[in-house]
Amino acid sequence: MARIIGGIGTSHIPAIGLAMARKQFEEPYWKPFFDAYRPVRAWLEAERPTVAVVVYNDHGLNFFLDKMPTFAIGAANEYRNSDEGWGLPTLRPFPGNAAMSWHLIESLAAADFDLTTCQEMLVDHGFVVPMQLLWPDAAAWPVRVIPIHVNTVQHPLPSPARCLKFGQVLGQAIESWPANDRVVVLGTGGLSHQLDGRRAGFINKPFDLYCLEKIVDEPELLARYSIRDLIAYAGTQGPELVQWLIMRGALGSGVRRLESNYHVPISNTGSGMLLLEKAA
Amino acid sequence: MPQTRNTPTFEPLIDSREIWGTTLFDGAAAQRGYALNKMCFSFNDAANRAAFLRDEDAYCRSFGLDDEQREAVRRRDVLAMIAAGGNIYYLAKLAGIFGFNVQDVGAQQTGVSVEEFRARLSAAGG
Repeated sequence: MARIIGGIGTSHIPAIGLAMARKQFEEPYWKPFFDAYRPVRAWLEAERPTVAVVVYNDHGLNFFLDKMPTFAIGAANEYRNSDEGWGLPTLRPFPGNAAMSWHLIESLAAADFDLTTCQEMLVDHGFVVPMQLLWPDAAAWPVRVIPIHVNTVQHPLPSPARCLKFGQVLGQAIESWPANDRVVVLGTGGLSHQLDGRRAGFINKPFDLYCLEKIVDEPELLARYSIRDLIAYAGTQGPELVQWLIMRGALGSGVRRLESNYHVPISNTGSGMLLLEKAA
Repeated sequence: MPQTRNTPTFEPLIDSREIWGTTLFDGAAAQRGYALNKMCFSFNDAANRAAFLRDEDAYCRSFGLDDEQREAVRRRDVLAMIAAGGNIYYLAKLAGIFGFNVQDVGAQQTGVSVEEFRARLSAAGG
């Protein structure tokens, strides 16, 4: 049976992808941010996951407002990124695992989480930037991927409580996959940031640090918030925390924090990073 | 805005009050801004970005933008675009055509220079 070996929380903002394309790893602005990923890459190198389930939000590449699913999942054997309008490079395709996707779809639906299924799905920076951050030097992607999209664009958004519950069910679905895959779950986005309105530039470091601390052993504390709470505390893009809660829910009880980092600012964002290992 | 500095816990808030300087992109906004956002969605394609630059107003009209939306685009006024239903993720694709990044957009919306806006972001790490 498949086993979840751990979870990673990470920012996914486009500026990171542009900095990687420009190889700005050693520049003073970027170095503390990129250096924090070295031990995470070493962990991945040692633990060798075979599948990455990547929870992110599409920002207007695959989904437009004509049809906006609350939760959607890829069911393809290959995914590509594409032009988003401002210069992120197009990368080599990501190998998928359609059979495992359909297993997750079936299992989730049986547990009352019915997702929009996508046999074609363009993946945007929310998915691509974390993959680049975690496997920057790989000649070929060393994992097969399953993208899961969460609507954090058009309100109403799914509540933190529902997302934590979704993660718990997702974790059970992953671990009932019959193949012996080693699975890492990525929760991407956040932490506090606000791109729009007169409050643009809002960052809340104390709240971000609180979330980074509590999500490890007390994620239910964060699941009490409403989406409006997250906006008040963490800005209009702060609700992306729900993607971290899905990741955390999937790991179940018994996790160990191996790495944690917080850096302000990365672009307009309080940037969080967390590596959790699941107890064997 | 909640008092968050130096407080160790963050209790759930009461939902009803306004959040200063913030517009939720809800159903009403999504309906109001549909044409504007649809035009911006088209900018995922380089050929459409070029077509917009060739004749901005004709391109806006081809997507059915109303007077308020066309005027906001003409003036590159992000707050006015948001007031007319624009969603920031789609507007970012329009901003990209002009080479504006999210600090440029943030500075414009908050009425400060880009340098000052960046300094505010850095100060948040203190």
